[in-house]
Amino acid sequence: MLCEKAMELVRELHRAAEGRLPAFNEDGLRQVLEEMKALYEQNQSDVNEAKSGGRSDLIPTIRFRHCSLLRNQRCALAYLYDRLLRIRALRWEYGSVLPSDLRFHMSAEEMEWFNHYKKSLATYMRSLGGEEGLDITQDMKPPKSLYIEVRCLKDYGEFEVDDGTSVLLKKNSQHFLPRWKCEQLIRQGVLEHVLS
Amino acid sequence: MSEAYFRVESGALGPEENFLSLDDILMSHEKLPVRTEIPMPRLGAFFLDRSGGSETDNAIPQGSKLELPLWLAKGLFDNKRRILSVELPKIYQEGWRTVFSADANVVDLHKMGPHFYGFGSQLLHFDSPENADISQSLLQTFIGRFRRIMDSSQNAYNEDTSALVARLDEMERGLFQTGQKGLNDFQCWEKGQASQITASNLVQNYKKRKFTDMED
Repeated sequence: MLCEKAMELVRELHRAAEGRLPAFNEDGLRQVLEEMKALYEQNQSDVNEAKSGGRSDLIPTIRFRHCSLLRNQRCALAYLYDRLLRIRALRWEYGSVLPSDLRFHMSAEEMEWFNHYKKSLATYMRSLGGEEGLDITQDMKPPKSLYIEVRCLKDYGEFEVDDGTSVLLKKNSQHFLPRWKCEQLIRQGVLEHVLS
Repeated sequence: MSEAYFRVESGALGPEENFLSLDDILMSHEKLPVRTEIPMPRLGAFFLDRSGGSETDNAIPQGSKLELPLWLAKGLFDNKRRILSVELPKIYQEGWRTVFSADANVVDLHKMGPHFYGFGSQLLHFDSPENADISQSLLQTFIGRFRRIMDSSQNAYNEDTSALVARLDEMERGLFQTGQKGLNDFQCWEKGQASQITASNLVQNYKKRKFTDMED
């Protein structure tokens, strides 16, 4: 009744710092909803008794339970909303394909939301800058040159450059590549931007 | 901090908490002392040592002194005090207010309930006759401590800051962190690294965790 389970959900998210996404706590959420159902049913029964049985002394009790219901609702909504904010951040920091571990941390509905968000963003980006659209997830830091020096942090395999040739990205190899091709791989931690 | 994650900020210092703010939810979970002004039937199970037993329909008796979380006290309070009346926690009372006015810097605000300013601001909802003094005290305490927080956050570069933040409340820690971010961004720019593309903190932290999992 004092919403301890709901607080656990909130604390779990608050502890996951740096915008990390913990696994979806389906069990915890289910327990919160069960507590809400029990509170609601108790209140319904007491309201009937207060009205027909003349038990107006039950009113503060009903109000107490109502406050708990609202509190549980608030905690559950804040939990779900904050997770969506973190999932949204993943699109900007990871790109449009998420690693499978992260996908397992999301509920089916959250995955669906992510797909909708991706689509909205893509539609918006296509509508900018004339014919080809504009990728606003690029150039998050002001670019200083068209080509950059990068070092490979792990084996990635073949990587195709614009003129058709491909480069083998093997751990520790260094390459001089167009900035716009590498940006996403750098952000994902595959490549490292080397400053001269 | 993840660059693209924008959490809902606390509204506790203003007139009302932000509904979706995790910080405000945590703040309003802190307790304060109240007194019931009317018996509350069927709730005795939650406060067993106060319960009137089955003859009173398992009620919490009138006049009971309890510690309730802020959210519950707010929900049950009204200006006619029909259900409960609220007492000020000690740190907002005159004794402690005098301590703060003497020297605000020595107090460990983290220990005194980690949301000192937020909780204190929301306490004003209960129409205490001391409200004017409480708000003055909150303001002056902050003014007294701010200088040190700003100084230390702007001068601690690449070092362990745990001693500096140990006695700060949550709001002050947030300020300190903002100051540190500003300092780090500036240093990065000075070193000519501002245009270097980096993997986001989110990605780096995620990878570190993965390796730890594998080692288990």
